[in-house]
Amino acid sequence: MEGSPKILARDFRFYYGQHCALKGIDLEIRRNQLLTIMGPSGSGKTTFLRSLNRLNDLIPGTRMEGSLEIDGVDIYSHGVDVAELRRRVGMVFALPVALPMSIFDNVAYGPRKRGILNKQKLQDIVEKALRDAILWDEVKDRLCDHAGRLSGGQQQRLSIARVLAVEPEIILLDEPTSGLDPLSTLKIEDLLWELVRSYTVVLVTHNPLQSARVGGDIAFFLMGELVETGPSSEIFTRPKDKRTEDYVSGKFG
Amino acid sequence: MKQERAKGPDQHVVNRRMTAVFAGAAMMTVGVLIFIVVYILNRGLHIVTPSFLSEAPRQMGRAGGIYPAIVGSILVTGIAVLIAAPVGVATAIYLTEYTREDRLPRIVRFGTESLAGIPSIIFGLFGFLFFVIYLDLGWSVLSGALTLSAMILPTIVRTSEEAIRAVPNAYREISYALGSTRWQTVTGVVLPTALPGIVTGVVLAVGRSIGETAVVIFTAGTSLRLPKSLLDPVRTLPVHFYILAREGISLDNAYGTAAVLIILVLVINITAYSVVNRFAARSR
Amino acid sequence: MRYAVRYKEAIIEKALVVIALSAIAVLGLIILFVFKEGSPVMARVGVIRFISGTKWAPSRGVFGILPMILGSVWVTLGALAIGVPLGLACAIFLAEMAPARVSSILKPSVELLAGIPSVVYGFIGLVVLVPFIRRWLGGPGFSVLAAAIVLGIMVLPTIISISFDAFKAVPAAYREGMLALGATKWQAIRMVILPAARPGIIAAVILGLGRAIGETMAVIMVAGNSTKIPSSALAPVRTLTSNIALEMGYATGEHREALLATGMVLFVVIALLNVAARLFAGGGRVSR
Repeated sequence: MEGSPKILARDFRFYYGQHCALKGIDLEIRRNQLLTIMGPSGSGKTTFLRSLNRLNDLIPGTRMEGSLEIDGVDIYSHGVDVAELRRRVGMVFALPVALPMSIFDNVAYGPRKRGILNKQKLQDIVEKALRDAILWDEVKDRLCDHAGRLSGGQQQRLSIARVLAVEPEIILLDEPTSGLDPLSTLKIEDLLWELVRSYTVVLVTHNPLQSARVGGDIAFFLMGELVETGPSSEIFTRPKDKRTEDYVSGKFG
Repeated sequence: MKQERAKGPDQHVVNRRMTAVFAGAAMMTVGVLIFIVVYILNRGLHIVTPSFLSEAPRQMGRAGGIYPAIVGSILVTGIAVLIAAPVGVATAIYLTEYTREDRLPRIVRFGTESLAGIPSIIFGLFGFLFFVIYLDLGWSVLSGALTLSAMILPTIVRTSEEAIRAVPNAYREISYALGSTRWQTVTGVVLPTALPGIVTGVVLAVGRSIGETAVVIFTAGTSLRLPKSLLDPVRTLPVHFYILAREGISLDNAYGTAAVLIILVLVINITAYSVVNRFAARSR
Repeated sequence: MRYAVRYKEAIIEKALVVIALSAIAVLGLIILFVFKEGSPVMARVGVIRFISGTKWAPSRGVFGILPMILGSVWVTLGALAIGVPLGLACAIFLAEMAPARVSSILKPSVELLAGIPSVVYGFIGLVVLVPFIRRWLGGPGFSVLAAAIVLGIMVLPTIISISFDAFKAVPAAYREGMLALGATKWQAIRMVILPAARPGIIAAVILGLGRAIGETMAVIMVAGNSTKIPSSALAPVRTLTSNIALEMGYATGEHREALLATGMVLFVVIALLNVAARLFAGGGRVSR
């Protein structure tokens, strides 16, 4: 299975009403790859990310064309279980948001909805998820506290723990550090490399500096198109496309 | 900050006068409220003794207490809310969380908004024709409660809808993104978050139905006996009060009944607002 | 397992649709029953004669509801003459002038006013207002005026809360712009906020109107309920709603049908008002 891509987009287009937000994306993401989708706002990167777990379905008046495969199965084909797809493709949103309940209940939310109600089992899942999100030591004594009391950075790691608790295969992160201070940002960025050992990770950011810091592979989106992809070292030192060069050198965006 | 001004009255003086006028209007409105409450309690509170609350009326209410009317009010209002609350909340959930295409929700909304504008006497007529006569439920707890539930349905739909719409969309997205279905999202995050607002709406509906007279008098009847089943007629507090006052049976007992009603309504409304405030304080 | 979940979801959605349709179903039933029972007598007497007849004598089979129509009109207009200025002034004070702490106490009080049962309003009118009018203004006391005052107070919460929302919906930039130009608060209100909030104010008035026309028990207790066309503001009067409530208890046969026909007229008036409110409010949400 090493050779087959985890995610494969072929001429993927996406429309909000008449507006074409993605103009034919061809992109391959390997298993356990850390891919950063980089681009200015309005480039379609978030739209692409939200297409990967069909979260855009919730927005009325949207439609797609082309194909988007995960493990060789077109996720937009008829009969796909969307809830199960979203379980497999976890999503961390731009702003850290805790559900209005306790820390424990936040992490246990997903597993409970999957029918796991055994207390001991839930406790194990929650502990493991919090450990993997490097939050356990900070919250282990106050799991019953309202999650809204956590700091922004902690809430964002809580969001990651919440996703990990449903045992996804892919983790999508949409500008996960945009609302955080530099220190919390670094913690999240370090965490990405822990995650990629077990998961396929797709990060979206508008910040070239963050793409450079995180490393891994980069896909550069601009105005609904995929301009180029490559390892971050190449994108930043030998970009093939003039537009990429302009962006990473700070000429726009 | 003095500056040159065009001729005419000093605008700051005008402003002060208008502010006084408007403040006066507001004071008057609140004054009316205070007057009504104080007037009724002042004349009625001493009538309200434990035996007044726990005894059956004698001589058509000239003497004795109001126990059956309390039972009647609790039964009719309680059942009305038990029917209207689930239907109203479900309607609100449908309107906020399940609608994609436009036609059906528009029909639903038209229905609830039209119901909201219908005078209670028309509900009374309808309840009498439909539940009492057509469905042959007679003047009964059930007829009264069913008619009342139709009347308070729009209130519950509207307040629940507002409460549900106020739930941050981020919560829904998080829930969906974790692989929850629509209904799991509704029960998992939407309803728990909206609950204080929904409860407030329901409590306000209780307050509204407990004082309702025109609907109940034609559907639940005016019997002073304790009901043995939901198909027995009852007299509610406002109906009892209305009959005592209008037929001049006993002004004292009328005041006493009114005092009980006023206290109930005040307690219910204040509870409703404090629920909202407590949760508003807790979530932020 | 997953199929079971999907099946359950589909069933829940269908159930919600069915439940959501219950409001429109009730509306349909109301129209059906009131019109079915009321229209025969309407047809026999003739719509025009029923509406324009000045004599209501059920025992002799004479059904004309013009006195009640006029009664409703006078009482309602009187109520608005009292309730609209007072309510608007109160809403302006709460929305634009009062310090936050003051309005946070006053606003709930206004809503409490809405919670007081209509029979209590009627009763206060009966024991306070009616004797007052009899003593100082003459007449029996039970009168158009008494009903108008009681209703004027009862429509206050409706008018205040809807126009309050309308004022609050005026963008802050409008008033800040005016104040920045050196205008006083009242100037800002008069020149910018009132005009901007006009659709909401009209909706508030129309809904208050609907509330006043529809009110029954309070009016019965203070209006005197004479079936004659009132000759002055101090004369007793009977409204459409009172006509139904007063006689429904014992009416049978044609008499009962005539009361239902009265209900039909009331229903049509309310429906027209709602349409008007919708038009004036520009399709905004107007129910309350």
